[in-house]
Amino acid sequence: MIELKNVSKSFDSNQVLKNISAIFKPGITNMIIGGSGSGKTTLLKCMIGLHEIDAGEINYDGVDFSKLDFKEKIPTRKEIGMLFQSAALFDSMNVEDNILFPLNMFSDFTMEEKLDRANFCLKRVNLENVNQLKIADLSGGMKKRVGIARAIAMQPKYLFCDEPNSGLDPKTSIIIDNLIKEITLEYQITTVINSHDMNSVMEIGDHIIFLHQGQNWWEGSNTELIKSDNQEVNEFVFASKLMKSKYQ
Amino acid sequence: MFFYHFGKYLLFLKNVFTKPENLKVYWKEIVREMNLIGVGSFGIIAVISIFLGAVTCIQTAYQLVSNLIPRDIIGVITRDSVIIEFSPTICLLVLAGRVGGSIASELGTMRVTEQIDALEIMGVNSTGYLVLPKIIASVITIPMLVVISMFLGIVSAYLIGPLTGVISGAEFISGVLRDWNPYIVIVALIKTYIFSFLLSSVSAYQGFYTKGGALDVGVSSTKAVVYSSVLILFADYLVAQVLL
Repeated sequence: MIELKNVSKSFDSNQVLKNISAIFKPGITNMIIGGSGSGKTTLLKCMIGLHEIDAGEINYDGVDFSKLDFKEKIPTRKEIGMLFQSAALFDSMNVEDNILFPLNMFSDFTMEEKLDRANFCLKRVNLENVNQLKIADLSGGMKKRVGIARAIAMQPKYLFCDEPNSGLDPKTSIIIDNLIKEITLEYQITTVINSHDMNSVMEIGDHIIFLHQGQNWWEGSNTELIKSDNQEVNEFVFASKLMKSKYQ
Repeated sequence: MFFYHFGKYLLFLKNVFTKPENLKVYWKEIVREMNLIGVGSFGIIAVISIFLGAVTCIQTAYQLVSNLIPRDIIGVITRDSVIIEFSPTICLLVLAGRVGGSIASELGTMRVTEQIDALEIMGVNSTGYLVLPKIIASVITIPMLVVISMFLGIVSAYLIGPLTGVISGAEFISGVLRDWNPYIVIVALIKTYIFSFLLSSVSAYQGFYTKGGALDVGVSSTKAVVYSSVLILFADYLVAQVLL
């Protein structure tokens, strides 16, 4: 479980996050949504330690991650899997080496065990016989799937996804969404997804936080989201004609 | 601004030289970088060295027209110029463009495509993993290239002298062997080690702290080449002042 308590973050005089408190439980897909500039990416980067917060606490199972130094953060970081918007795969390596990387770095497995684990992860994301392909040869959807495979290679307790279906076609988006949902349920991971894709939210969002002007403006499930009478939430959710015709 | 970057550079180096998480993975990276930096630069260094040696021989002969000066002096001057200055400095300036630019653009691209963030989230010391192998590979392979460059420069001068008629082969060999002092090779190697370290670390620093997008990767690469070239020339002066 991840618990945020009064998290605030500023860049110079611009306060991006204002006293954000939230709880992200394991086994469900937690989503952070909001318009551009609402602070979604900053919040995610604060949670994974890429940005230092100015005030508040970020607790991973009771341990305040934000107060730890680089070395103290390492054990928690080994329990974190991250899927980046661009997948952030190492393009100097092939698919297999990308997945083997965290295993080579931190595990004591034999090479055979590592390869088994890499193949298992690839199979789990429905990719087979792609081990030797270069990253440049993969499609957008394949890159995301390899990104997920790398993220789950070390059997993480926490999975973060930054805009997992940006740049993907609707069909591939649904595949990626469902894959994240399945993995979350299967391994009881605490998953936090940062997204502004309403299809994704309606498809897999169990617990949703709506950020507006750097604040936790609204919180609830996806069914509660479409029934909300909050004006800012409605403006965001029903911005597209498709959402209006489907749910309003 | 200078002190800000100098302090940040020192902190960067402190992180680079912390204990590696996994020596085996680092070793693999060092070998890969040695291949990229050393083997990959051999061609350009060979071409430059051959022409540098040949030109030094011909130009020295052109300037020494007096009959009072023995002709084997051409061999002495060519040898000393190639060993002390041309091979370590000119080759490193060329490598600042080839290797420095490549290091900065590789790290800059990794930064803007979030690959460095991915390493950090995994708990990897990204500065150590990405930069230490580049510095070690540079400090090992560039001096080797410079020694090869010295050899090729002198050999090309030996071949071009008789070919153009400015000096005979025997006179050139006599000059090369005259008053031979191995200390100049030591000075040249000290220079090379210092320059290699500056080139790789300054370029890595520029690339590692790239902010923005593709355009900024280009800016970082340019800065890497310019700053490492200027620092190489400055260090060249300092070493010459102190050691010669």
